[in-house]
Amino acid sequence: MSTDGPSQGANSAPSGGSAAAKPQAWGDHASNDGPPRGANSAPAGGSAAAKPQARGNDASAGPMPTPRSYLDDGFSLWSWFSSVDHKRIAILYAVSITLFFFTGGVAATLIRLELITPAGDFVSAETYNKLFTMHGVIMVWFFLIPSIPSTFGNFLVPLMIGARDLAFPKLNLLSWYLYIAGGLFTVGALIAGGVDTGWTFYTPFSTMFSNTHVIAAVTGVFVVGFSSILTGLNFIVTIHKMRAPGMTWFRLPLFIWAMYATSIIFVLATPVLAITLFLLAIERFAGVGVFDPALGGDPLLFQHLFWFYSHPAVYVMILPAMGVASEIITCYARKDIFAYRSMAFAVLAIAIIGFLVWGHHMFVSGQSIYAGMVFSILTFLVAIPSAIKVFNWTATLYKGSIHFDAPMLYLLGFVGLFTIGGMTGLFLASLALDVHLHDTYFVIAHFHYIMVGGSVMAFLGAVHFWWPKITGRMYSDRWARFAAIIVFVGFNLTFFPQFLLGYLGMPRRYHEYPPEFQVLNVLSSAGASVLAVGYLLPLFYLFWSLKYGPRAGSNPWRATGLEWQTPSPPPVENFAAIPVVTAPPYQYSAMEIAPQPPRSRSAPAPRERGEGPGEGIPGKDAV
Amino acid sequence: MTQAVIVARQFDDAEQQRKASDLGMWVFLATEVLFFGGLFTAYIATRLHDPQAFAIASRLTNVTLGSINTGVLLTSSLMMALAVRATKLGSGRAALGFLCATAVLGVAFLGIKFTEYVLDYHDHLVPILDFSHPGPHAGGVENFFYLYFFMTGLHSIHMIVGIVVVTVLAVMTARRRFTPDYFTPVELGGLYWHLVDIVWIFLYPLLYLVSRT
Repeated sequence: MSTDGPSQGANSAPSGGSAAAKPQAWGDHASNDGPPRGANSAPAGGSAAAKPQARGNDASAGPMPTPRSYLDDGFSLWSWFSSVDHKRIAILYAVSITLFFFTGGVAATLIRLELITPAGDFVSAETYNKLFTMHGVIMVWFFLIPSIPSTFGNFLVPLMIGARDLAFPKLNLLSWYLYIAGGLFTVGALIAGGVDTGWTFYTPFSTMFSNTHVIAAVTGVFVVGFSSILTGLNFIVTIHKMRAPGMTWFRLPLFIWAMYATSIIFVLATPVLAITLFLLAIERFAGVGVFDPALGGDPLLFQHLFWFYSHPAVYVMILPAMGVASEIITCYARKDIFAYRSMAFAVLAIAIIGFLVWGHHMFVSGQSIYAGMVFSILTFLVAIPSAIKVFNWTATLYKGSIHFDAPMLYLLGFVGLFTIGGMTGLFLASLALDVHLHDTYFVIAHFHYIMVGGSVMAFLGAVHFWWPKITGRMYSDRWARFAAIIVFVGFNLTFFPQFLLGYLGMPRRYHEYPPEFQVLNVLSSAGASVLAVGYLLPLFYLFWSLKYGPRAGSNPWRATGLEWQTPSPPPVENFAAIPVVTAPPYQYSAMEIAPQPPRSRSAPAPRERGEGPGEGIPGKDAV
Repeated sequence: MTQAVIVARQFDDAEQQRKASDLGMWVFLATEVLFFGGLFTAYIATRLHDPQAFAIASRLTNVTLGSINTGVLLTSSLMMALAVRATKLGSGRAALGFLCATAVLGVAFLGIKFTEYVLDYHDHLVPILDFSHPGPHAGGVENFFYLYFFMTGLHSIHMIVGIVVVTVLAVMTARRRFTPDYFTPVELGGLYWHLVDIVWIFLYPLLYLVSRT
C-alpha cells in the first residue's frame, strides 16, 4: 500500500497513518534531515511499531509513558483559570465568547420579535434602542472580534508553526482576564439599564444627550481593546520568531497569514479606539471636550477616529474567516490551494488597504466631497484582493475531489455569502448610490452577510474542522451537516429580505415601520428563528460528542499541517520534539496521487472505527 | 561569571527569547504611538477649528518650566542610554548609577510638571476645576487647555510607569541580575523610556511653542 515507508497494516486508518509518520520525522530531527512534511502527512510512511502500542480508550492507561494531553493537565477550575497554556486559554475564550454570542443573540431575537408587526407594540422605542445597542456592542467586541483569533488563533498558531506555546504565555492569560473584565463592565452597564447610543457611540448624542450608562459601556470596550492588543502582539512576535526549523514565511499555512494580518490590525487600530473612547468618556463626564460642537469641538472628528479603528475591525472579523476557508476548502477538495502566494499577499493587501477606507462610513456626514471620492476609490480597491481570494478558492475546488463534510458545507456557504456581502459592499462604496442606501437595511444586510454569513459561518466551520483536534472526539457528521444547511437557509431567509427592505427605503434603528414592509420583515423574523435552531443544534451534538463521541485519532480528515501530526487532544508541550519542515503547506494533490488506503466516503474512517486505534499514538514510543 | 540565562519553556534558546522580547517591545511601542496618535489627531483638528485660540492659549503656558523640563527629560534619556550600554559592557556599578540618575531626573520632571499644574491652577487655566478666560476665544482656549492637561497628564502617567520600571531595573542591577549575556529587561526598559521621551519632544512644541516667535 505504501511505497516509501513501512506498511502500516491493513487495519490502519488514514488518520493513524499520518500520526504514525510523526515519530519518524521527530526521530530525524536531530540529523536535520527530516522527510518532507508533505510526505509525513501522507498516509504512506510511518512506523508500524507504534501501532500495537495504541491503548484502550483511556489515554493514561498505557504502559509506555505518553505525553499528557493538555486536557489532562489538572482538572480543578483553578488549573484552567491559572493556565498559561495557549490551548487552555483558547478553551477559556471559546466558552466565554459562546456565552456572549448567545447573549447578543437574545437581543437580536427581541429585535426580530418587535419587527414582526409594523407598530411598535412589543417593546418601547427606548428599549428597542437599548436592544440594538446591546446586540451590536456584544456581538462586535465580545464575539466577532475575539472569535476566531482568540479561540482558533490561540489554539492553532503555535501548533501550525511548530512552537511549544505563544511567545508570551502570561500576557496571553492576561488578555483573557482583560476580556472578562471588559465584559463585566459592559454587561454591568447593560443590566444597570442599558445604553441607547448604538454600538458606534456617536457624539454628541453619547456625550451630551444620552441618559444611559455610556461611560460604563465605553469602559468595557476600552478594556477589551487591550485584550485584543495583547493577542495581536503575541501572535506577531510568535509568528516572527518562533517558527519551527524550515518553516519559512511561504511555508506558513494561510490561516497563519490571516492571523498575522489580523494581528497587525489589532495592534495598530485598537489603540486609536482606546484613546477615542477615553476622550469620549472624559467629555461625557466633565462636559469639556473636542467632539461636541457646542463646546467648540467637532463630531466628525469622533467619527473619523472611531472608524479609523472600526473599519479595520471589520477586517479583523473577516480575515480570520478567510484563513479558515483556505485551510478547509483545500482539505476537502483534496487539492493544493490555488495560487498560494497571491492568497498570502491578498490577506496583507486587505489589511493594509483596510486602514485607508474608513471615510466610506461618512459619505453623507458632510465630509469633503474630495475625501469621499478618495475613500470611494480606495474602497473599490479592497475588492481586488477580496476577489483574488474568492477566485482562488473557486479554482481550488475546480477538478478537486470534493467531500461535503460539515466543515466544508459551512465554508462553501461562507464563500457564497461572503461574495454576496462583498459585492453589495461595492454598491455602498459608490458615492451616489450610498446616498440612497445609507443607514437603511441594505447596510444591515450587507454587513451581516460579511459578519454572520462570513465570519460566523467560518467560525462554525472551524469549530467542526478542529473539534476532533481540540477535544479528541468525533461529533455526528450527519447532525453537523444538517445544522450547516439549517444555518445557511436560516441566514439567507433572515438577511436577504433586508437587502430588499433597504433598497425600498426602510431605515435602520427604528422599532416601527410602514405596513408595506411587513411581509419582508416577517420573512426575516421567520428566518431568524430558523437561524436560531441552526445555532443551537451544534451545542447539543458537540457536547454529546465530548462524552460519547468516538475517539478522533490525530488526523481524521487526512489533513496536512503540523497541528494534525500531534495527537488529539495535543499534549501539553504540543510536540514531543519540534518538527522540521521541508515543504510548503497543502500537499493534498501529492497525497491523492500517491497510493492510499481505500476510502469509501469523505474521511469516514474514524467515526466508523469507533474508539481506540488511532487515538494518541505516542510520539515518544517510537523515538 | 556568565550565569546561564533562564530560558522560558516556550523558547528554544536564549537568543530566540531575547529577539522575541525585543520584537514584542517594539510592537508595544507601535501601539503606544497609535494611542498618542489619536490624541495628536484630535489636537490638529481642534487647532484647525480655532488657530487663534491655540496661539493665545499657548502663550499662557509656562514656557520656562516647560523648556527646563525638556532639558531634564532629554538628559534622563541620555542617562538611560548610558545605563543600557554599561549593562551590556558588564559594568554593573556604572549601570546602577545611570539608572538611579534616570529615575531621579524622571522624578524631577514630574515635580516640575506638578509645579506647572499648580501655577496653571492659580491662573484659572484648569478646565473642569477652575477655568476662566476673557475674550472671544474662551471656548478654543479652554479646549487647548483640556488637550494640554489630557496630553501631558497621559504623558505623566507613562512617566510614572517608566520611573517604577527604572527603579525595578536599578534594584535588579544592584542584585547583579544582569550580565553581558542577559540584559533584555534593561534594554526594553530603555526603549520604553525613550518612547516616553519622544512623545514629549512632540508635545513640547505643540503645546508651548505655537506662537512664540
